[in-house]
Amino acid sequence: MLAIETAGLAKHYGETKALDGLDLTMEQGSILGVLGPNGAGKTTAVKILTTLTTPTAGKAFVEGIDVEREPAQVRARIGLTGQYAAVEERMTARENLVHVGRLFHMGTQQARQRAEELLGRFDLVDAADRIVKEYSGGMRRRLDIAMSLIARPSLLFLDEPTTGLDPRSRQAMWGLIEELGHDGTTTFLTTQYLEEAETLADKIVVIDHGRVIAEGTADELKDLVGGDRLIVTIARMENLGRASHALEPLAAGPIEAATDRPDLVVPVKPGDHVVPRAIRALDDCNCEVLHVEMRRPSLDEVFLTITGTAPEPQPTNGDRP
Amino acid sequence: MTTSTTAPPLVDDSAVVDTGPEWVLRDTWTEAQRHLRIIPRNPELLAFAITQPIMFTLLFVYVFGGAIDVPGFDDYNQFLLPGIFAQTITFGSATTSIGLADDLQKGLIDRLRSLPMSQSAVIIGRTVADLVKNTLSFAVMLLIAFAVGFRFEGTLAEAVLATLLLLLFAYSISWIHALIGLSVKSVEAANSGGFMWMFPMTFVSSAFVDPDSMPDWLAPIAEANPFTKVTNASRALYNGLPAGDLVWQSLGWSVGIIVVFAALSLRKFHGVSSR
Repeated sequence: MLAIETAGLAKHYGETKALDGLDLTMEQGSILGVLGPNGAGKTTAVKILTTLTTPTAGKAFVEGIDVEREPAQVRARIGLTGQYAAVEERMTARENLVHVGRLFHMGTQQARQRAEELLGRFDLVDAADRIVKEYSGGMRRRLDIAMSLIARPSLLFLDEPTTGLDPRSRQAMWGLIEELGHDGTTTFLTTQYLEEAETLADKIVVIDHGRVIAEGTADELKDLVGGDRLIVTIARMENLGRASHALEPLAAGPIEAATDRPDLVVPVKPGDHVVPRAIRALDDCNCEVLHVEMRRPSLDEVFLTITGTAPEPQPTNGDRP
Repeated sequence: MTTSTTAPPLVDDSAVVDTGPEWVLRDTWTEAQRHLRIIPRNPELLAFAITQPIMFTLLFVYVFGGAIDVPGFDDYNQFLLPGIFAQTITFGSATTSIGLADDLQKGLIDRLRSLPMSQSAVIIGRTVADLVKNTLSFAVMLLIAFAVGFRFEGTLAEAVLATLLLLLFAYSISWIHALIGLSVKSVEAANSGGFMWMFPMTFVSSAFVDPDSMPDWLAPIAEANPFTKVTNASRALYNGLPAGDLVWQSLGWSVGIIVVFAALSLRKFHGVSSR
């Protein structure tokens, strides 16, 4: 059974089409990275799948259950961590966990036991009896995720879990999500950050304007852009044209030349003894070579190729306390 | 963070779906407990809940007490204090809109709506907690009223009935605030939108003066105001005067408001979300 399946899912707010025919599937036991810029429809998809809002058109199933027909059945199976740390600020972490456990209709004793377990797992034991208001942004997010795991949901939604976190907290959050992945937690992870999707997700779905525009593993997406990149730095700027001409036979696509440095980026097919052939060709045209390297295309390039626009850069600093 | 290999798995499939009527009550109580537990931890809220009734009582008694004559009452305090009780706990109900808007803004409502709990318990729990809070405010106010010379002139049963009518009315106003809180989505808007209409409602009434003393066009409005009905009913009961139909009229208003606004709020709740 699929963890998630949607077909032609649409959500319109007046003229705005937040979702415009979203088709996606997700296997159990995997982390699906849903990648897209702000306003692509990621959060709307999460809201429909977690029964917070109903679609204008299309169907959505969570573990085979129709989210519109049997929302209560869906709610019993999922955990949601939204974009804002949804915690009661004036209660302690332990109180928050037990409270949500009770709303999941666990017995008080069971909820308490489970709370202890999660406080340990999420490194919150020392802060367990402090008011959440005094917590750092990273601690709040950890508590937030712990709260969504209290009833052992079989499917976890993480909606932009690192947005607004400082780099250290983001690293810690990545470690935590990876750990959940090792446990086999089925996780629907939305993110604006390519690096995050690449690091954490087993499969990536790229969405833009409410539709899936590409999907696959990070490697498969990179193949979309067309093989590897050969990066060549030569000694003299004036030889750039000649070098470019010499490398033409190796190129699998248009060669890009930098304007401010003697650099060339040559799309090439993997294998094929590209590096020795390139050095020989450059040697033959008397262009002195300083540096040659092969690399895979970055997800930024993938995004640029598919959508024609660059995604938002990874922020270097958080804007939350 | 370290990985513990012996930790129990974080996932399986053990959640229970049960949203029968019993769970509406249990979830309501769980949510009400959340709100009540944090009252003592929120000093501003607690101070406001206690000082506002004290301030209102003392201000009106000492500032206006000597200046206003009302027919049928030798002591203005016996006329005034039931009005102040009614106004203060009506204002106290505004915590429902502020609290709901706050939960909505912080994303807590999204979380609660994604749980297999009774959905209506989220709002019922909030209004019940606000009723408890209002009852505490009322108790404080009653002590101050006794200190400035207020007395129950009727039987204890009449005084209890008067108090219940006031609290029920305040509870009905909580449901109007529930709809406001779910509609505005920000604490600031809930605050201004919640109070704006309560000032005319409580002042264009019999709470502080006899409506006959108002201009001809205003007096009938004040007479028809449900707030006047409730004030008059409890005032009569506290003073041992015949209340006539007033008790039924105020009951009718309160129950009517609860029914209408609970239906509207619960419907609104199903579509509401943080963004």
